Amino acid sequence: MFRLTNTPIDAAALRATLENAAAGACVTFEGIVRNHNDGRAVLRLEYEAYAALANKEGEDIVRAAREKFAILGAVCEHRVGPLEIGGMAVWVGVSAAHRGAAFDACRHIINEVKQRVPIWKREFYADGTVEWVGCAGCADPSHDHSRS
Amino acid sequence: MNVSASPPPDTITVEYFAVFRAQAKRASEDLPFDGTSPAAIYDALRARHGFALERASVHVAINDTYASWDAALTPGDRLVFIPPVSGG
Repeated sequence: MFRLTNTPIDAAALRATLENAAAGACVTFEGIVRNHNDGRAVLRLEYEAYAALANKEGEDIVRAAREKFAILGAVCEHRVGPLEIGGMAVWVGVSAAHRGAAFDACRHIINEVKQRVPIWKREFYADGTVEWVGCAGCADPSHDHSRS
Repeated sequence: MNVSASPPPDTITVEYFAVFRAQAKRASEDLPFDGTSPAAIYDALRARHGFALERASVHVAINDTYASWDAALTPGDRLVFIPPVSGG
C-alpha cells in the first residue's frame, strides 16, 4: 500500500498493518526533516505532490517490491504540505519471514520513491530564501547552492 | 484565434507543479491542439514562461502516466511536466 497524507504520519498504526504471524522480521524506515541541506540552514519545508501520478507510481513500487523480494507485506506513506524540523516526511515498512529480504526491500522502496514518485520539496532557509529542491540550476554542474 | 466555446475540447491542458507553477505563475493553462509533440510544447512554454530547466532534466506525463517526449497527443489530453523530484 502506498499513500499520501497531509496529516502527521502515524507510524504505529502503519506498523500494525504489517502484523503477520508468519513474519520473523519487520524493517521500517523513517525519513525525517533535517535542519540543513547542501550546507544551508533549513528552518522548515513543504512537500507538494502530483497526487494522481504519485499514487500510481507509489503503488507500482510497492507491488513490484512484493514480487522482487521474499516479503509478506510492504507499506509506504509520504507526507505532503508543511513540515517542521524533526517531522516525519516518509515512512516505509516491510515484513518478511527473514530479515535479509526485509532490509533489502525497505531500502529498495525508499530509493525508488526518491527517484520516481512526483513529490517536490520546497525549503525555507535561515537566510530568508525559499527554493524548490531539484531546482533549475541543479541540472547545471557548475551550479552551487552555497554560492547564494 | 477563433476558439469554439462548445465541447468537445480541441485543446491540451497543461498542469503545473512545484517550480513550474512558480515560474509560470499559474496552476494550469489550455493550449489549442495543433498536433505538436510534448517536446515542442515544452520548448514553446519554456520560452514563454522562462522555465530554467533544460528538457533533458524534465519528464512528461500524459493523463497521469509517464510518457515520452514524442508521444502523440489527442485533444483533451492533460500534460504535466515533471521537474526533478525531491520526495523522501
